[in-house]
Amino acid sequence: MLPSDLKAEQFTGYPPKARKLVVVHLGTLQQLPLSFVPSLLREVIDYDFKFPAERASIDQELATLSSLSPAQVKEWFHSFSQLSLSSKLEKLDWVNQPAQFVEQLSAYLWTTHQLDAFREAATDYGNRSRTVASSEPTAIPRLGIAVIGQGVQSYSEPLFRNLRKHGTYFKRVKPENGVELLMAAVETRAKAHPVPYGHWYVDGGQPADHGPSLSCVSFQKLEPVRAALLKNIQTEIGKPGMGPEELRTHMARLSPADLGIGREGDEVMQRFEVKLLTEGSGTQIFSTTFAQWTAREVLRRAQPLTLLVRFAPRQRQRPMNELMSGGDSNPQLDLTGSLIDADMGAYYQWINQQRLPGSERSSFLVWFEGHNQALAIAPSLPRGTESNSVLDLGQLLSLAAG
Amino acid sequence: MTASSFKTPIPAHELARHLGCSRRDFLRSTAGLALGTALMGGSPFVHGQAAAKKRKVIVITFGGGARDQETFAPEGQENIPYMLHELAPQSSFFTQVMNQGILGHYVATASLATGVYETLNNFAAVPPEHPTVFEYFRKDLNRPSSSAWVVAPSNGFNRIGESDYRSYGPGLGAKVILPKHLLSAATSGTPADYNHLLRDNYETPLYTPQIGGGEFELQQMENILKLSVDDFMTHARTVSSPDELSVYIAKRLMKQESPNLLWITMHDIDIAHTGAYSLYIDAIRRTDRLCAELWKAVQAEPEYAGNTTMFILPDFGRDADEDAGGNGFQHHRTGDAASRTTWMMALGAGVRQGTVYDRPLQSIDLVPTLGAIMGFSPKLSQGKPIHELL
Repeated sequence: MLPSDLKAEQFTGYPPKARKLVVVHLGTLQQLPLSFVPSLLREVIDYDFKFPAERASIDQELATLSSLSPAQVKEWFHSFSQLSLSSKLEKLDWVNQPAQFVEQLSAYLWTTHQLDAFREAATDYGNRSRTVASSEPTAIPRLGIAVIGQGVQSYSEPLFRNLRKHGTYFKRVKPENGVELLMAAVETRAKAHPVPYGHWYVDGGQPADHGPSLSCVSFQKLEPVRAALLKNIQTEIGKPGMGPEELRTHMARLSPADLGIGREGDEVMQRFEVKLLTEGSGTQIFSTTFAQWTAREVLRRAQPLTLLVRFAPRQRQRPMNELMSGGDSNPQLDLTGSLIDADMGAYYQWINQQRLPGSERSSFLVWFEGHNQALAIAPSLPRGTESNSVLDLGQLLSLAAG
Repeated sequence: MTASSFKTPIPAHELARHLGCSRRDFLRSTAGLALGTALMGGSPFVHGQAAAKKRKVIVITFGGGARDQETFAPEGQENIPYMLHELAPQSSFFTQVMNQGILGHYVATASLATGVYETLNNFAAVPPEHPTVFEYFRKDLNRPSSSAWVVAPSNGFNRIGESDYRSYGPGLGAKVILPKHLLSAATSGTPADYNHLLRDNYETPLYTPQIGGGEFELQQMENILKLSVDDFMTHARTVSSPDELSVYIAKRLMKQESPNLLWITMHDIDIAHTGAYSLYIDAIRRTDRLCAELWKAVQAEPEYAGNTTMFILPDFGRDADEDAGGNGFQHHRTGDAASRTTWMMALGAGVRQGTVYDRPLQSIDLVPTLGAIMGFSPKLSQGKPIHELL
């Protein structure tokens, strides 16, 4: 089936808001090529469970597409239309299983050496959409904070190497009550500018005390879900015909209920948490990977105004089957390795923050927990410099965030 | 895919050129290498039948997937001290090796070995579709099975030794040795002390297949490597990673079988898929050390010293930090320039030392180059011989 054959009744399996949205824009979807539509439907099918920023983004994308003239549609999607797809792909149920289609499309594009052409088409589309899209300035500039190196007594190698050229390195920070000061500042922002899913706290270990104004995800809090997932995987691996790709497909289909999460609670958040574990690679076993990936996904999906990420020590490297058994309640920790992981994770957090609208106004702070090293990036701060100022974390944050 | 996933990129060819130039400038300033275009002229290779018969070639894939910024770019230099200070000055270094194929480790290694961008399922135990370098070598030169060996890291690689291509295929390829299977056989499936060496398939970290290994592997150990189970296990206890075990096996093969064509696929670096940057860096440093260790072993073995050419090259890179479609070093899924652009080092017999070449090559150029050096004809390869090495 091709997009031109789409009919409203084919979307009865979609959740209500998603179905309504598709039906409104059905005429537009019918004009678009098969190499593109399932990627869009993959986002739309989860519309009912997406964050407000994601919904706004989908609304805007569909509105933009619907506003194009036939000639513009032809121009925008020319490169996508040039891609040659197989009849096998056309026969897949891409309306109801768009994610599986995209997975198979990706494999097909690699195999037929069309991935680069697809990449170019997608990049071109992204650029056009962004040019057309109008984004309202955020109520306040975004703020990102990364706290790294928990538990490390001393470390002599230079930190923040990737970020130094972008900001000011502070080497005489007063570390006392650092986490509390940062948490208090973040909560103050959240209370002053309440936005649903607008202010986040991610912890790679056990979360510090925090109020309900923050959306919180933590490695420790998800321990039962991780355990259920690892058990599920162990069972699946033993089944005949199971391989890495099949396992990935299986994991992508798991719902909160499959992993023992009850129906009560915030379904948007529950689905988000499950995806962190089923779509992330290594998030199930290493807390540093979990924190980094969660930060990436929070920024990409929720587009928060505030994101505080506190990395915690991960367990040391062990064979994968041992890591997966999850039986050791007191695993040995790799403190230095975790600091190096988190240092890179902080860099990625900043990169992902800078991909969001309003990046020219954003601020970022990374602090080596318990120590006197930090780095701040802000429009008001010089780049590639060092400061001898003696500041506590609250003062440093005020300096960075204004 | 949403619109916000994309930003205007630097065109891929420009970025690839930049990556290559960064390596060249760095190598020239740090290791004192010369630019190869200034030295083009007569071949340093010794041609002739007697020399060709003695010629040994070792290929090491610096796997699985390492980026510039953690290896030959200025900020990565601290991770590769052995290659930089010991091997590079002895080598011809190619700064731009492009992999235009599928960026999965098995399929990419198969492409390197056939000289054709293979399209097989990366996760299936299937042979390459086109004849491998081992088949060309053995059939054209009428060499015995002991002359070509592959030491490979994981379950998926057990079919890499030969294709099922008509007129080549079964019986004409390389013998494949999987050190993890040896270990599994030696420990009779209860490898409590050796679990750290049985890690497999980083690409989907949660997939942990059963490692094979039985009577056949025990025979390999005893008859070919001349190792008792006890000796093997004693040594295994002293190594820290699967690649260290592979290098140990490779050295035993060199001593016992002296293959003319030895292919070693490293894989520790692919631990990056777990997202732990420190483990990725540790693995690069280990692989760097192991490459130098192998080169030392070459010098120490009478059968190899003086007549061996060694090639070191990654199968591909990893995604760039800036590519919104990926997650930086963790994967190699975007197909961006950083993930497709790598380097190659050739050193030893016939190689012009201390020279850098920055013209773009394809990773499939390796097989026809080996053919030209060793005297066989890889008819179906789609690459071109690297004339700087001939």
